[in-house]
Amino acid sequence: MTDNNLEVMTSFELFGKKVEVVTDPNKQADFKNDVVFENFLGTGFNVTETIFNTWIIMSIIILFCIATRILMKHFKEIPTGFQNVIETIVEIFQNFTKTTMGEHNLGFAGFYFTIFVFILLCNLSGLFALRSPTADYATTFALAIIIFFMIEGFNIAKNGLGNFIKGLFEPLWFLMPMNVVGEIATPISLSFRLFGNLLAGTIIMSLFYSMPYWFTKIGVPAIFHFYFDLFSGCLQTYIFCMLSMTFVSNVIPVPEEKVEE
Amino acid sequence: MNEALQTIIAEGAANILAFSGLGAGIAMIAGFGPGIGEGIAASRACEGVSRQPEAKGDITSTMLLGQAVSETTGIYSLVIAIILIFANPLVGAYASFLTENVLGK
Repeated sequence: MTDNNLEVMTSFELFGKKVEVVTDPNKQADFKNDVVFENFLGTGFNVTETIFNTWIIMSIIILFCIATRILMKHFKEIPTGFQNVIETIVEIFQNFTKTTMGEHNLGFAGFYFTIFVFILLCNLSGLFALRSPTADYATTFALAIIIFFMIEGFNIAKNGLGNFIKGLFEPLWFLMPMNVVGEIATPISLSFRLFGNLLAGTIIMSLFYSMPYWFTKIGVPAIFHFYFDLFSGCLQTYIFCMLSMTFVSNVIPVPEEKVEE
Repeated sequence: MNEALQTIIAEGAANILAFSGLGAGIAMIAGFGPGIGEGIAASRACEGVSRQPEAKGDITSTMLLGQAVSETTGIYSLVIAIILIFANPLVGAYASFLTENVLGK
């Protein structure tokens, strides 16, 4: 074994001496978030696989949006071809929003569709040998923080600051710490759910791929990809959107005239 | 630095790594609860669908939502196990403890 084959796993200082725990990367499962560009454009900023794959997914979404925008000028009253597909997707998602959040919250469909498409492409990127950006806690926590501020923001905007503070002291005043912990636990559980599922899939698959027998690489990984990328990925996307929709629609009161009808 | 002390320190680090592995395994026992709970939810959903096949869509989405929420405890234990195995913070704590307390004297 030569020194260039070894990779430093962890290093720490002990009695003034530097101790390094090294491993052979050729014999180890590779699921780490590797740095793609070190010191990107001289900014001192390391671009990891997560960021790079997010850029790829972003560029796919942006290009698709621009193409749709250009083709939208030629859309007709009676849809054909490409217009059919777009209208079906939009209609399906509007119906989904309607059933989950109610008729009065239809305006959220666009926002949640964006989140849905982004997470879905992130989860499916494992099929194209890219490391899923959602298998990094930074991505999922960023998404969950958006939802957290949406919940609190809409709660204050729709119910008023007084009712928001009052709601923390319900049903009994001394339960206030529990309510605060519950509010903070929402984004953490949302992000950990997505992150844990995706990271578990990534680790199990890379452990399987690192097996030294050639016959394990024929056919069997397809089953793993089907379960972890397609099934689990789509399900977790659906669940993230569904849960965040439920959380946000819970704090928005139903308009009165709808109830009287 | 005499060699006996170095051996003891190395043994300490090895013990920490070994027990971290054990701890990760014990943490994954939490997989029990969500498994049983989700199974019960799925069986009840099956009963509901067989009784009322026209409500299949609602039952499925409600079941998935409930299962996702009850899966959270399992995911927490999974994250803890992953941290213990792949990003162990305890070895670093041990090293800094040694440098501060043993080397300082």
